[in-house]
Amino acid sequence: MSQTKPYRVSHLDALEAESIFVMREVMAEFERPVLLFSGGKDSIVMLRLAEKAFAPARIPFPVMHIDTGHNFAEVLEYRDRRVASLGLNLVVASVQEAIDTGLVRELPDGTRNRIQTPVLLAAVEKYRFDALFGGARRDEEKARAKERMFSFRDEFGQWDPKNQRPELWALYNGRHHPGESIRVFPLSNWTELDVWHYIAKENIPLPSIYYAHDREVVERNGMFYAVNEFIRLRDGETSEVRRVRYRTVGDASQTAAVLSEADTVEKVIDEVAATRITERGATRGDDKVSEAAMEDRKREGYF
Amino acid sequence: MSQAVLEPDAASSRGMDLLRFATAGSVDDGKSTLIGRLLFDTKTIFEDQLEAVESASASRGDEYTNLALLTDGLRAEREQGITIDVAYRYFATPRRKFIIADTPGHIQYTRNMVTGASTADLALILVDARKGLVEQSRRHAFLTSLLRVPHLVLCVNKMDLVDWSQEVFDRIADEFTSFAAKLDAPDLSIIPISALNGDNIASRSENTPWYEGPSLLHHLEHVHIASDRNLVDVRFPVQYVIRPQSTTVTDYRGYAGQVASGILKPGDDVMVLPSGLTSTISSIETADGPVAEAFPPMSVTVRLADEIDISRGDMICRPHNAPTPAQDVEAMICWMDESAPLRVGGKYSIKHTTRSARAVVRGLQYRLDVNTLHRDEAAGELKLNEIGRVKLRTTVPLLADEYRRNRTTGGFILIDESTNRTVGAGMIIEAR
Repeated sequence: MSQTKPYRVSHLDALEAESIFVMREVMAEFERPVLLFSGGKDSIVMLRLAEKAFAPARIPFPVMHIDTGHNFAEVLEYRDRRVASLGLNLVVASVQEAIDTGLVRELPDGTRNRIQTPVLLAAVEKYRFDALFGGARRDEEKARAKERMFSFRDEFGQWDPKNQRPELWALYNGRHHPGESIRVFPLSNWTELDVWHYIAKENIPLPSIYYAHDREVVERNGMFYAVNEFIRLRDGETSEVRRVRYRTVGDASQTAAVLSEADTVEKVIDEVAATRITERGATRGDDKVSEAAMEDRKREGYF
Repeated sequence: MSQAVLEPDAASSRGMDLLRFATAGSVDDGKSTLIGRLLFDTKTIFEDQLEAVESASASRGDEYTNLALLTDGLRAEREQGITIDVAYRYFATPRRKFIIADTPGHIQYTRNMVTGASTADLALILVDARKGLVEQSRRHAFLTSLLRVPHLVLCVNKMDLVDWSQEVFDRIADEFTSFAAKLDAPDLSIIPISALNGDNIASRSENTPWYEGPSLLHHLEHVHIASDRNLVDVRFPVQYVIRPQSTTVTDYRGYAGQVASGILKPGDDVMVLPSGLTSTISSIETADGPVAEAFPPMSVTVRLADEIDISRGDMICRPHNAPTPAQDVEAMICWMDESAPLRVGGKYSIKHTTRSARAVVRGLQYRLDVNTLHRDEAAGELKLNEIGRVKLRTTVPLLADEYRRNRTTGGFILIDESTNRTVGAGMIIEAR
């Protein structure tokens, strides 16, 4: 059959169409979906996709922020602005509150990534969410390369990599018993660069910390940490003001910045395209602990 | 040897396009090395990943940087040196973005290869030049054709270990070509490579002056996939009905979904299945505004001129080109469940496009030996990783096409109603 027109779409359009399909599928098959929104760029892109999937109707599910208490002020402001402009229902699950009530215990090193998990699971139970949209991408880390678009979790929120459901064509199996849930990753097939290209194409505003700015930082193991209420100078350390941007936005006590002059989305794309270090490797102290750190955290119910 | 069709560079203005391919072959054939090499040569591997692999290789006592460690993500896999599950990898060149479904080669993982092949535009099968075709290569080729992957590439690897012998390569190529001819196989290319040294991967190698085809990467970048899609039969499975409850948007009713095949345009006469009611497309909408046409893989919202009752699981088609709603389905099924086999009389949930129903197994005509293609008509069940021809009866009619004509409306999954696990994948041969 000869076509006069190519009838082709760009790879970004194909990824967008797939993500929208996945979101609509969840809305059609689940009772109580929720979108995990951290104010990070991946969840921001996810929110844009959700807008597109259900337009002209509003996004038909709430968003939830697992608040470690270690936030960048710019990100919290952004979160509240976006939620208000889209008329969304925001659920905040607070790690600090969970520490205060004794649900979780503060770790000796003060980091809160690991103790987020019980807080997340308690919120899922409280609100009876049965599908949780997460912004994780398969290109982020080795264990995530094996993650499904629809990832089944038992009543303890656990991921069993040896017992995953096969996923064929675009036929997603979201069936589960009460108490169990499905984590859904609409950005599975996106890479860091795809996310940035999409942000540029859609002209999506981001929290300012994603772009180059001057900040007081301290260098540790080749990473630059902002000096703030969560990160204090240790003996023998000195801080300096450097021009940096964040590649990921996580727990403010563990997320490092990279030296950068990129103050526009185009310049960020150029840097991302040229960089030789993965985004988690450059910025996340928490993934470096062991070769299987992410796998272990996912088994416990982490995203 | 087929040569990839060169397309005009129209894509550059639209950005890159997307190609999904599945890799099959075993660790011994150098599959992980090949993938590592593709990632390395396209500058996809980052320094911290390479450092991690180098230090892990050293601590294991490997004599060289074991690129397989890049791709074996789970602890059990690293410990056992095998790949358990489908892993997805990503790389891009200025022309194309690639998604690799990296599937293990061993027979106990047939289901993973079937899974990876289900969405692939192209399958890449790897053989060791010293061993030539083995049972596994034939099995991979068969599964590729069963899943109707449109393009197939056979990489004859480790050519450096047979002194770059054209004779060895030709013998393997001829044998594979004649085997593939029996399979109703897709477009086939055969490339002599050394994954370890990078010959004919990113650029053509001087070691194979007798080989006139493209390097692997060049082939992947240029293989013509635009014609693979079915743009003839309009099939739009309704996924979700959008009805805003708001004061600003009133009386809005849109049918959201992803175009499975064909081209839809405003003004087109359409028929809705299973009701058979007809209407006209009044508009095709996206969040970015209305579009003049919709084709695969676009996710859109279709609005019709008439108020008719349509819900999820229905399908919008053209009046003179529509599947016949059918409750009796014959299909090839790959069984994927460890705990219980498929048996005649078994009842399962079935998911086909956006429609869910229940199905009972009415008959098992034969079990197919995936290595010899022998049909065992005396078989009474299908166990994990076995494939057979099955008759099903469904509780509600499916709106199905033959899988060979339409991979989206011809495929289905079976779900165990007590465990909720996905237990089978089916390719429809006939629906009545």
